[in-house]
Amino acid sequence: MADTSIAAPEQAPRGRGSDFGDTVRALEIDLRIIGMLVALAVIWVGFNLASGGLFLTARNLWNLSVQTSAVGVMATGMVLVIVTRNIDLSVGSMLGFVGMTMALIQAEVLPDIIGFDHPATWIIAVLAGLILGGILGGFQGWIVAYIGVPSFIVTLGGLLVWRGGAWALASGRTIAPMDSTFQLFGGGSRGSIGASLSWIVGIVACAGIIALLITNRRRKHSYGFPVRPLWAEIVFIAVACGAVLGAVAIANSYAPLDRDLGIANPVLILIAVTIIMTFVATRTKFGRSVFAIGGNPEAAELAGINTRRTVMLVFALMGILVGVGAVITTARLNAAVSGLGTLAELSVIAAAVIGGTSLSGGIGSVPGAVLGALVMQSLVSGMVLIGIDAPLRNIVVGIVLVIAVAINTYYRQRTEQLTA
Amino acid sequence: MTDITGERPPLVELRDMKVSFGGVHAVDAVTVDLYPGEVVALVGGNGAGKSTLIRTLSGAHPADSGEIFIDGEIVDITTPKDAKDLGVETIYQTLALAENIDAPSNMFLGRELTTRWRTLNDSAMEAAARTVMGRLNPKFENFKVAVESLSGGQRQSVAIARAVYFDARILIMDEPVAALGPAETAQVNELIQQLKEEGIGIFLISHELHDVFDLADRISVMLQGKLVGTVNKADVTMDEVLAMIIIGKMPDQVTEVELEELHG
Repeated sequence: MADTSIAAPEQAPRGRGSDFGDTVRALEIDLRIIGMLVALAVIWVGFNLASGGLFLTARNLWNLSVQTSAVGVMATGMVLVIVTRNIDLSVGSMLGFVGMTMALIQAEVLPDIIGFDHPATWIIAVLAGLILGGILGGFQGWIVAYIGVPSFIVTLGGLLVWRGGAWALASGRTIAPMDSTFQLFGGGSRGSIGASLSWIVGIVACAGIIALLITNRRRKHSYGFPVRPLWAEIVFIAVACGAVLGAVAIANSYAPLDRDLGIANPVLILIAVTIIMTFVATRTKFGRSVFAIGGNPEAAELAGINTRRTVMLVFALMGILVGVGAVITTARLNAAVSGLGTLAELSVIAAAVIGGTSLSGGIGSVPGAVLGALVMQSLVSGMVLIGIDAPLRNIVVGIVLVIAVAINTYYRQRTEQLTA
Repeated sequence: MTDITGERPPLVELRDMKVSFGGVHAVDAVTVDLYPGEVVALVGGNGAGKSTLIRTLSGAHPADSGEIFIDGEIVDITTPKDAKDLGVETIYQTLALAENIDAPSNMFLGRELTTRWRTLNDSAMEAAARTVMGRLNPKFENFKVAVESLSGGQRQSVAIARAVYFDARILIMDEPVAALGPAETAQVNELIQQLKEEGIGIFLISHELHDVFDLADRISVMLQGKLVGTVNKADVTMDEVLAMIIIGKMPDQVTEVELEELHG
């Protein structure tokens, strides 16, 4: 290392932002996530008033959480795809194809080999779905990264191919029913973990949040970096744990047929996927590479990152998550039809974009995308609840999508002015 | 390693390098070398092939043919990682920074420091970045914001910090001061002197002949993909180098009339 001491290049005079900006920075609050939570609160309260108190009921919120799961899971992968300046239009069709394959395996293939409702049926079906999704996604990613065909075209082709494939697999028949264990992935009256286990999950989650904050704080401390004031940590822990335990309490209070359901399995899957994907995106070298590629592909390449392999892996990961989405969707429907997942790509992309992912690449967050999925689903469910017709619902969702992106763009320009 | 004459082999030798793009010989049989603690300037007009030649050494673009020797031993450089593993660091004219991530992340891009769980250790990277920057540019404080919100000089500092942090033995600087003002240029030039004293070999690409004459020990001139020649700075005048750049003639071949015409 050079022991050099050249003086600073002259620095452009820069507004350091306001006191408010400094406070936000010191507390490490993500204003965009806060903004989305506020938007969500407004939507929920608004629909609750409009529906005469039907929206904020345990039953509706429980259903809302289940309905958000499949799109939320896939949106976490779409964030990474879009961050690398790509798009995946094929996820809806791929969900149909993978779902149909899993359905055929458990309804028509395995019963002949290992017998009907064999305990291993669901394991084989789920693994096959995840692997197939990974292969299909990886194949599309290979064409994008190594052959150089734009992802828009590759996945537009995929949209047609996998949808046609889903039809061809079963000649358009509906495949049902699913294996009895497999059905549990869809939620429903049996597909949730019950009140006691839900409390345990909630408490473990709280412990995890606290452990994470302490580790972070210790690490920063050991390098002599400023840490959040203690009161802020405590408030943060209180709010986060309160939200977690509150959600568990609501889930547990939904007890149709006198059985407390607790957290639904697909919601549990969504939570796990969100945690894993957030970790991948922000704490691993792979995630760092993904964001660098989105920011400047040439710089990433020159930094020694294998950009092609990374992009291919992102698409493979997207495919695996489509597999997860397909498990949830077929299990919930207890059937596979060739139209399964039609237009899901649009919900998934919209969720990612509403969640702050920039289509020009380099910017996006996994929790944001999941919140985006929740916002979308809240709008749709809320409008159904107050009796708005499907065409009008689409109009509203379309408008909200554009407004959300407009707000994001405005916010980004403003923060750039603040820091630059 | 010594050869029969007892002389040290050059730190780097690019021998007979050829790169062509669709029939156009961007670099045509060029041989240059570089010794430890030496600055070799590569000069020439636009499209002379300087950057292309240097990109073969940094692994950004493999050569069609030719050999690269480091410490007298032939090496195989086909990717940027190969070059970095051999101690070749590059400051690109474009800076090659990912604008959406912060300075420490850019410095360690592709070579991130990790915790024992193999997760990113952002605190360690920030601490290291602060140490390096403390020496390069003590006023630099924006470690947590995306590079896109930094000034040109600050971005330049990040690119330089990245190149010097990893104990480079060979440094390639492609137009390191192109975007800088006079004060910043002076600082970079001072840095080059200090790195040189530490025995690092530097290939310097520059349009600015005054900088070249200030910093370089030897000057290699390229014209239309070919090497016109390499001269010791002490042996030539700026006009003679200009003649090499423009009409491709060595100082002993150029006539008084031609030198006059350059000022024409």
